[in-house]
Amino acid sequence: MSLLFEQLLNGLQLGVTLFLMAAGLTLVFGIMNFINLAHGSLYMVGAYLAVAASQWTGSYAAGVALGLAGALVVGMIVEVVALRTLYERDHLDQVLATFGLILFFNELVAILWGRASLYAQLPSWLQGHVDLPTGAAYPVYRLAVIAVGLSVAILLWYVVTRTRLGMVIRAGATNRTMVAALGVNIRLLYTVVFGVGAALAGLAGLMAGPIYSVQPGMGELVLIQVFVVIVIGGIGSVRGALVGALIVGIVDTLGRAFLKPLLGAMISPTAGEAAGPALASMLIYLLMAVVLALRPAGLFPARG
Amino acid sequence: MTRSFRYLCAAAAAALAFAQPAAAQQKLKIGFITTMSGPQGVIGQYMKDSVELALDHLGRKVGGREVEVIYGDDQTKPDVGVQVAEEMLKKHQVDFVSGIIWSNVMLAVVPVVTGAGKIMVGTNAGASPLAGNQCNELYFSTSWNNDQTPEAMGKFMQDSGVNDVYVLAPNYQAGKDMVAGFKRYFKGRIVEEVYTKLGQQDYQAEISQLRAKNPKAVFAFYPGGMGIQFLRQYDQAGLRGKLPLYTVYTVDEISIPAVKEAAVGIYETRFWSPDLKNPANQKFVSDYRKKYGKLPVFYGAQSYDGIMLIDSAVKAVKGNVKDTKGMVAAMRKASFDSIRGPFQYNVNHHPIQNFYLLRADKQSGGDIEMRIQKTIFEKHKDSYSQDCKMKW
Repeated sequence: MSLLFEQLLNGLQLGVTLFLMAAGLTLVFGIMNFINLAHGSLYMVGAYLAVAASQWTGSYAAGVALGLAGALVVGMIVEVVALRTLYERDHLDQVLATFGLILFFNELVAILWGRASLYAQLPSWLQGHVDLPTGAAYPVYRLAVIAVGLSVAILLWYVVTRTRLGMVIRAGATNRTMVAALGVNIRLLYTVVFGVGAALAGLAGLMAGPIYSVQPGMGELVLIQVFVVIVIGGIGSVRGALVGALIVGIVDTLGRAFLKPLLGAMISPTAGEAAGPALASMLIYLLMAVVLALRPAGLFPARG
Repeated sequence: MTRSFRYLCAAAAAALAFAQPAAAQQKLKIGFITTMSGPQGVIGQYMKDSVELALDHLGRKVGGREVEVIYGDDQTKPDVGVQVAEEMLKKHQVDFVSGIIWSNVMLAVVPVVTGAGKIMVGTNAGASPLAGNQCNELYFSTSWNNDQTPEAMGKFMQDSGVNDVYVLAPNYQAGKDMVAGFKRYFKGRIVEEVYTKLGQQDYQAEISQLRAKNPKAVFAFYPGGMGIQFLRQYDQAGLRGKLPLYTVYTVDEISIPAVKEAAVGIYETRFWSPDLKNPANQKFVSDYRKKYGKLPVFYGAQSYDGIMLIDSAVKAVKGNVKDTKGMVAAMRKASFDSIRGPFQYNVNHHPIQNFYLLRADKQSGGDIEMRIQKTIFEKHKDSYSQDCKMKW
C-alpha cells in the first residue's frame, strides 16, 4: 500500500512536468493552429540558461530567474523572427520549419556549451529527503516539483477562466477573425501566448535539469510524451492538458512498477518477464489509441 | 611543328599529371567512424581527441608514412555507418577503417570493410558474434567482448560473498548480454531482474520498487546519458552509501563531471583506468591532460591503441599496405606499447587481458576520479573464442 502511494507520487511528479510542457504546446496549437515541434528546444534552452546562470552567479535563484526569463525572451524572438510567416502556411510547412529550429538549437547549445552533459546543482535545502507518512524517504526536490507544477496549473486556470487576458485567449481559440475584428491586437496576443508557453517549457526544463542530464537534444526525449498528452487531453484545451498529463504520468509510472509482477501473477512468471517491460513502455501509446478510438477529439475537446 | 609540338606538350603534361601521384608516395589513409552528432556525440569527441593525440605521438606519421585520417559520423545508425564506410572505401580509398562505438553499427560495417579486402580495427563495440562464429581474419579489436566486463563484476561479487542482488539494465540486446555475462560468474541470489526502456530518463519508479524489495546490493548497466540520470536519481533517493551500487559502463570519465558527488563510492569493472601504471598509459594520460585539460576515457584509450596497432602493422610491412597478409601477421603479435600494458591476441583477434575493480572517490586534489582497487581477472579470455574457427 505504501509502495502504491509512493508510486502515485512519482506518477504525479512526472505528470506535472509533462503538464508544464503540454500547456504551452496545446495553447499555441489551439489558438494559432500552429504545430510547434521546437517546443522541446525551449525546454532545453530553459535548462541550459538556468545551469549557466547558477554557475556564473553561484545562486540557484538567479539560475531559475534567468532560465525562465531567457526561455520567455527566446520564445518571443523565435515567434517574431521565424514563426510569424508560417501561420498562413499548412501544417507540413510548419513541421518542416520547426524541425529545422530543433536542429538549429541543438547545434547552438553544442557550440556554446559543448556536447557533454552539464551538472545542475541544487541548493542544500532542496537536497534532502522527507519521510512520508508511510515510512519511505522521498526526495524533497521531487515534492517541490509537484508543488510548483500544481501551483502553475492553478494559476493558469485562474488566468484563462477569470481574467480579461484569458477571455481574449479563449475567444481567439474559438474564432480568431472575429476577435481581430473586435479590435484585439491578435499579433501581440500570439507573441504573448507563445512567450508564456515558452516560459512554461523553460520552467519544466530547468526543473528537470537536476534530475535528468542537461545535454543537447534533451527536449526531444520528452516531446513525444507531451504530444501523447495533448492528443489524449484534447488539442487546444488547458484542462485537457492537465488531465492528460496526470493520466499519462500515473499510467506510465504504475505500468513500469506493477505490470511485470501483475502479469507474472496472472499468467505466468515467464510471461511477466518477457512481456512486462515491453508492454510497460507501450502503455501510454495504447492508452492514446484507445482514447482516439472512443473520443477522437480527446477527453476535453477545446472546440465543441 | 607548332601544332604537333603543342599536342605533344599537352600529352606530356597530361601524362605527367597522371603519373605524379604514383611517383611520390601516397599518403596512408585511415577512415575513423564514430558518433559525432546527437546526445552521444560527446563519446565521439573523446575518441577523435585520442586519435589526434596518437598521431601527435607518432610525429603525424603512421608506419613511417604521411597519414590522413578521415572522420565519419555514424549518427548511432547501422545504415548510416555502412554508407560512411562505403564512401571511405570507394571515394577516399582508405587503407584501414577503425573506430565504431555501437555493436549494431559494428556488425553492419565489418562485412563491408573486410569484403573490400581492407583491415577493420574496432575500438569499442564488442559484439559477441564477431568474437565467435563470425570472427574474421581482417577484423581486430582493441577493446573487449561485451560480456567480459560484467563477467568481472560477477566474479568480484561472487568472491566477496554478496547476496540478494537487484539487477537493472535497459531493455535491448546489450542490456541482456550484460546481465548474461554477469550471471555467468555470479551464482548468488538475484532478488529481481528489471529491464527498463532504452533511453529512459526517469528511474524514480524503479528506485521505489527496488527499495521496497530490500536487496543487499544493486548491479546496473546504464551507458551514456542513462547512467548520468540513474546515478543522480539513485543519489537523490538517498540510496548511495546505504545500498552498494556495482555498475558496468555507467561511471566513467565522461559521466563523473556531470554527476560529481553522485559517483563517489560506486564500483565499476574495466580493462583499463587512467591510473593504470605502465609507461605507455602514463604518457597517454599526462599528454591528454596537457592537450585537452581533462582526463581521457576508456573509449579514447582504445582508439589510441587502434592507431598504435595500425602503426605497428604498417611498420612491419615497411609501408607496403598491399601486403595484407603481412599486416595481419604483424597485428596478431600485438607488438606495440598498449595503454593496457603488454597483451596477446586470442585466436579470434580479441585481446586476452586483465580486468580490474575500480571505484570513484574524491582524491586529494578535490577531484572525483576512478582508481584501481584490485585485479579481478588476469589474462581473461572471452567466452566466445572457442566458436571461432580461424587458423593462425
